[in-house]
Amino acid sequence: MQVTVNGAPAELAQDATVADLVAERAGGHDRVAVARNGDVVPRSSWGQTRLTDGDALEVLAPTAGG
Amino acid sequence: MQKDLTTELAPALAREEAGDPFTVGGETFTSRLLLGTGGVPSLEALEASVRASGTQLVTVALRRVEASATGSMMAVLDRCGVRLLPNTAGCHTAREAVLTARLAREAFGTDWVKLEVIGDEHTLLPDAVELLDAAEQLVSEGFTVLAYTNDDPILGRRLADVGCAAVMPLGSPIGSGLGIRNPHNIALLREAVQVPVVLDAGIGTASDAAQAMELGCDAVLLASAVTRARDPERMALAMRQAVEGGRLAKLAGRIPRRWHAEASTSFAGLPEL
Repeated sequence: MQVTVNGAPAELAQDATVADLVAERAGGHDRVAVARNGDVVPRSSWGQTRLTDGDALEVLAPTAGG
Repeated sequence: MQKDLTTELAPALAREEAGDPFTVGGETFTSRLLLGTGGVPSLEALEASVRASGTQLVTVALRRVEASATGSMMAVLDRCGVRLLPNTAGCHTAREAVLTARLAREAFGTDWVKLEVIGDEHTLLPDAVELLDAAEQLVSEGFTVLAYTNDDPILGRRLADVGCAAVMPLGSPIGSGLGIRNPHNIALLREAVQVPVVLDAGIGTASDAAQAMELGCDAVLLASAVTRARDPERMALAMRQAVEGGRLAKLAGRIPRRWHAEASTSFAGLPEL
């Protein structure tokens, strides 16, 4: 399926979940948050949340900030 | 015999630290210095600065994963044992800020947030209308909101009225190092609200931090002044001492300003020579 991840088009497997996406994009981080179409996907539901064609996803991780 | 000044001073310092805690959002801290990590040149400088500053509350941000720091920044902060205060830096609307706060709650596992809603990229000044809207929503969702705001006593009162845990007026624009441009407003704001007031943004050097505390602020939040200093660790220590010095001076009560001199040495008994 075609989705948008952090503003860029991406191709994901048909049955991909949010957990799969996080493992692929943010494997080195243990504090990650995901937004899907403008809503937070709680960590507890990453494994059950299947992505759908056209989803807009933001995968976020910590950085320095004031 | 020469006295050991450190030992002599220790009881007074210990008494002050034990008897003058900073409480915000139901949590109590001994340090009144909040440190931002933005602009830090290296992880080594970050760790040295955090430790030298004595801070117990450190701001962090969320960004797209490819642009974010590696996990090691978090490892440093975890090792230092500080509490995290995620920010909503870069948000222009209440909607963006509320969503960012929710994402930060997921990522960092804290409902504390430094709420920042800016009006434009040039001044980074808060957008008062969006800020108040976001603050109200986040408080109703159970967040502990520390609101970065203009040095406006009326807006500060509105933010406190909607339930913000702290009001954080700027001294001057973020990263400008221009110090406290309107000290009178900061003092008025301190009088206007019951919640803690944290001077946030604009601190350039140690005297600015001391001034904030002398004006009655409960704490100081700064980032660039330390992270962009030539020697961040040393500046972090300077800020710690400035905040402590300013706080002590506020508690001690400064002398009134006078137009003319007042001799501290008595004229009584002055010899005729």
